[in-house]
Amino acid sequence: MSVEFDRKIHNTLADANLQLAIYTATGRLKDKRIETVAPDALPDYQELRTQANAVKKHTIENLDYYLEEFQRSLEAHGGKVVYAKDGTEVADFVLALAKDRGARLIVKSKSMTTEEVDLNERLEDQGLEAVETDLGEFIVQLARERPYHIVAPALHLTRYDVADLFTKRLNLPRETVIEKQTAIARSVLRQKFLAADIGISGANFLVAGSGAVVLVENEGNIRLTTSAPKIHIAIAGIEKMIPRAQDLAVFLKLLGRSGTGQLLTVYTSFLSGPRRSGETDGPDEFYVVLLDNGRTRLLPDRGKRQSLYCIRCGACLNACPVYRKIGGHSFPWVYSGPIGAIITPQFMGVSHEPGLPFASSLCGACSEVCPVKIDIPKVLLELRSDVTKAEARDQRNRLERLAFRAFAWLMTHPRLYEMAGRMAASVAPPDGSGWIRGVPAPMNIGPLRAWLSQRDLPPAPARSFREMWRRR
Amino acid sequence: MSRDNILHRVRTALGRSAGQAVADPPPVRIRIPDVDMEKRISTIFAAIEALAGKTHRAATPADAGGFVAAAIEGKSAVASNAPFLAECGIASLPGVRSGIADREELRGLCAAADVGITSADYALADTGSLVIISSPHEARLVSLLPPAHIAVVPRDRILTGLDELFSILPNPAAVASSMVLITGPSRTADIEQILVRGVHGPGQITVVVVG
Repeated sequence: MSVEFDRKIHNTLADANLQLAIYTATGRLKDKRIETVAPDALPDYQELRTQANAVKKHTIENLDYYLEEFQRSLEAHGGKVVYAKDGTEVADFVLALAKDRGARLIVKSKSMTTEEVDLNERLEDQGLEAVETDLGEFIVQLARERPYHIVAPALHLTRYDVADLFTKRLNLPRETVIEKQTAIARSVLRQKFLAADIGISGANFLVAGSGAVVLVENEGNIRLTTSAPKIHIAIAGIEKMIPRAQDLAVFLKLLGRSGTGQLLTVYTSFLSGPRRSGETDGPDEFYVVLLDNGRTRLLPDRGKRQSLYCIRCGACLNACPVYRKIGGHSFPWVYSGPIGAIITPQFMGVSHEPGLPFASSLCGACSEVCPVKIDIPKVLLELRSDVTKAEARDQRNRLERLAFRAFAWLMTHPRLYEMAGRMAASVAPPDGSGWIRGVPAPMNIGPLRAWLSQRDLPPAPARSFREMWRRR
Repeated sequence: MSRDNILHRVRTALGRSAGQAVADPPPVRIRIPDVDMEKRISTIFAAIEALAGKTHRAATPADAGGFVAAAIEGKSAVASNAPFLAECGIASLPGVRSGIADREELRGLCAAADVGITSADYALADTGSLVIISSPHEARLVSLLPPAHIAVVPRDRILTGLDELFSILPNPAAVASSMVLITGPSRTADIEQILVRGVHGPGQITVVVVG
């Protein structure tokens, strides 16, 4: 585990206010999801998950076919498709278009994909103004931070933080009432929408047979981004594809419920090409940028390519006991939580943060709530194996391998194992508090300390399972 | 060319060749429940009200016109060019601007109006959604820029839900560049998870069902 990852985790664990904020917010989202997918609310929930998984599997396994079909369908309606292999190519495309059209102001709606390629920074470096318009993203942009959570980007900030940011960055009188803060954002951003030359959105789905971009949201900023400016650019990962519009009857039912516990988000936009003859408003130009940025690296591995089924609902973050403690900013890249733990090492390479696939208890809560049934723990295990193989090649972690050899020996000698268990239980404090984190010197030295400092165990039981089994 | 490179990488990774056909995708899963019209109306009203939207049932188009006239009294409004709004007498109410076909003029009016009035192509009973398809009759900004939105919908356009919508419209791109589903007023909970309505879109929504 890198020093950076370790430091961020400890900072989050030590911040009591932040701990409460993360726990409350994720807890609320988690409970709302449970209500809306309960058997009396959605009797065919499991069938919908199975169907969503099958459709995504089919699409990813034939992705080249659907990418080409998407392009044909969109071009038939006057839209254009641009492929980009990385963030530089995305930025180059946007910059060239902006220059050609004399554009200065860009409004953006929330898009994890553009976060991935640091698009705002690249555009601002070239003198363009790129404004985030989702309220949470707007706040995070003012704070010059990354989104904290896929569906709740400013989860870590309070109304007082927002008041400070508005005062400092917008030169407005201090305002701490949330309704009024929202009204301020509305009026500031409304002016941007009406003046913007280009609107940039992400995409929740790309419909191959329709050449359509599907976007879901609650605020209305995506609708404004995609209908007020004369140019709309949607930037989407190539994996967002689904074959047919009719598949949305399945995916839309799952997405809103899994993400925020809504039957449908307030707005669902189905957009295909520029405005047509007779339509009063809408963009004159419509582009879809299809981004690779490491995605094709995931495709060869049959086990791990399911990571690309993700529809970015965020349910796995809310369900994850690790995310709920260490929060979104501890993760080394834009994607956090269980899904971040499996896609980051695959997009960026396992050496980007070798500790990441290990930051999980493999409890399986993530795959239980995943609407497209990604087996996240299985992919984590495969990534752990990749990390270990890479380290073995580097002859690193000899101590760890020695420890695991000793552990394996203990596990294959039941009597010794039992004796060791009894010894451990006899020295454990009765309430179990911090009995690993609190291991006294001289045992907590060197690499052991790093390992011990993040772990805890429940209190040792009076009798071991093996004892109970014998006396049953 | 990134296009060819990316497609080549995808094909190599998947063991496919250019132009290779694909097996049929899993059959579409569409399930349309059998729900009678009165039940659809009570369901959609309950769903809209659960989202803090308002509802009204009008017996005739003229009654709907009367309801809207009272609701917008003293306010400025923009009405879409939907023929049904004209039939209800809404397009010609005092204070209502309608019949606008110029983009810039429409944008300016919508940005300044108190209320936007539209019809809807469909409505979805189980989620309380309005479905609006772009056309010369329905512009996008009427239901988006003003702080309040009133939609007046003939009752026979109320469908059971998403499945019925996509069975009637298997490919919305074939008919228009944009279809939007509107489910309740614009909302956010981005600051401390406190729900606030009307962040970018209308904070108030009223659905009038006619018939």
